[in-house]
Amino acid sequence: MQAKLIYTKGLKHVLIIGFGLLMLYPVLWLISSSFKPNQLIFSQPGLWPSRFTLDNYINGWRGLSGISFGTFFMNSAVISVLSVLGNVITCSLAAFAFARLNFRFKSLLFALMLVTIMVPYHVTLIPQYIIFNELEWINTYYPLVLPKWLATDSFFILLMVQFIRGIPRELDESATIDGCGQSQIYWRIILPLLLPALITTAIFTFIWTWDDFFSQMIYLSDIRLFTVQLGIRSLFDPSGSSDWGALLAMSTLSLVPISLIFMIFQRYFLEGIATTGLK
Amino acid sequence: MRAAKRLKISQHNRTAYLFLLPWLIGFLGLTAGPMLGSLYLSLTKFDLLSPPTWIGLDNYRQIFTEDNTFSGSLWLTFTYVFLSVPLRLIFALLVAMALNKGIRALGIYRTVYYIPSLLGGSVAIAIVWRQIFDGEGAVNKLLGFFGITGPSWISHPDYIVYTIVTLSIWQFGSAMVIFLAGLKQVPGDLYEAAQMDGAGKIGQFFKITLPMLTPVIFFNLIMSMINSFQVFTPAFVIGDGRGGPLDATMFYTLYLYLQGFSYFNMGYAAALAWLMLLIIGGFTAILFLTSKFWVFYGDSKDGR
Repeated sequence: MQAKLIYTKGLKHVLIIGFGLLMLYPVLWLISSSFKPNQLIFSQPGLWPSRFTLDNYINGWRGLSGISFGTFFMNSAVISVLSVLGNVITCSLAAFAFARLNFRFKSLLFALMLVTIMVPYHVTLIPQYIIFNELEWINTYYPLVLPKWLATDSFFILLMVQFIRGIPRELDESATIDGCGQSQIYWRIILPLLLPALITTAIFTFIWTWDDFFSQMIYLSDIRLFTVQLGIRSLFDPSGSSDWGALLAMSTLSLVPISLIFMIFQRYFLEGIATTGLK
Repeated sequence: MRAAKRLKISQHNRTAYLFLLPWLIGFLGLTAGPMLGSLYLSLTKFDLLSPPTWIGLDNYRQIFTEDNTFSGSLWLTFTYVFLSVPLRLIFALLVAMALNKGIRALGIYRTVYYIPSLLGGSVAIAIVWRQIFDGEGAVNKLLGFFGITGPSWISHPDYIVYTIVTLSIWQFGSAMVIFLAGLKQVPGDLYEAAQMDGAGKIGQFFKITLPMLTPVIFFNLIMSMINSFQVFTPAFVIGDGRGGPLDATMFYTLYLYLQGFSYFNMGYAAALAWLMLLIIGGFTAILFLTSKFWVFYGDSKDGR
């Protein structure tokens, strides 16, 4: 009986590990191919490179039309960090108001905020494009970053509202007695306690902005402003004549920042997903 | 006294609206305003260069009566949504069940299964997908190992959509993490009681686990449906970026993008966008309305 139990348990682990390796295969294939000489990438199926080279990284880093991938990484980082700051600051301000303050039209505005979670980006895209075009902001980062500084990702507001509702109101009340105004309550009491939700927001904003392709493609056509995603897409020629080594090397590098963030903030990730259903 | 009170209330209002100001500007200027704007544009002919000309419902008439690409892209998107959303959730639930029973090294497995969700949205992974599903790629080599000759998944218009569906199912990890959290909430004494009543494993699953998870499933279903309707990057990168082969990757958002930003039929694209909003809104409403028949909230307050 005991032996059988150990046996089935062991079998289960083998299955789970085997399935896990299968799941990771595409990622492992990408990493291993990026170290293979170009002619071996498709001819040698094994994951371990029989000849190991860094040429792909050197070639790929040169980038496109004289603009190196370093620039693309810098650009992506600037957009992502500015978006993170915008979302964290403005969503938490709005969430504080919705969760703690009383004001006219509160329930109406809250309902409208909830509805906007469902609204696809595409419905606002064309008028937004027209506005940004009128402002001559095409080929700048404003169209990508400004929406985050105006709390348009209402999903995060909802996340923070729910979190703030869990913070005991007695804390606010005793701060009021000590003479704190609302802005001090926000700054000294709510914000520090909201930290886990802020980190979740920051992580997911970073990843979504880093991986964003659609709006970057629409607003950026000047190669000097290109992001990592746009750079990779431009290295890639669907008709088949791409420099695959360079392409896969830069693709591998493009996943590094996200993976690092995941490793550092793993706990917040899994908690954030579990409590909010973020992707 | 009353005046003082009113003063206090208006002060309250002012503080609150100061906090709300960025959101309010964004809501009016970047969400609500543009939504109405695109409703207006959808009733016009507009190419960005000359001012819009009013054509009434002509765009919609054209979409429904003359535009075969529209109906094709809508069906393609429906196929994608109705295959990938349920399959991803079923996968997530099965793996979560397998991992749930106090297994050792759960943390590591959870991380491994989550990695696809983490990386899957990038252009990089879409390119990898294109390669491993290519005629000579890893998938067909694996099938060949079992003696099956796989089709050329990428270049054949009948199969490429399944390539994109698998990419979506592959990212079941985030849903799995949510299910794992949900499974932890199911009280153990329910299972004990069921066992005493003689319920088998399968009976327990359908009578206890599944009903207790319905709030989580409901939430997952809505969010993944809304997101799946908007799929763009895989269609753009795995296909040729113009909907090919033979419009087999002409997903709704790609068609909208091409109409708006390649052909500069911005009025037409706005009409497509509003139809998309109505479709997503319709499905969300259906899910909400049917939820009272199948979502079990029990008596716990934070069932969600």
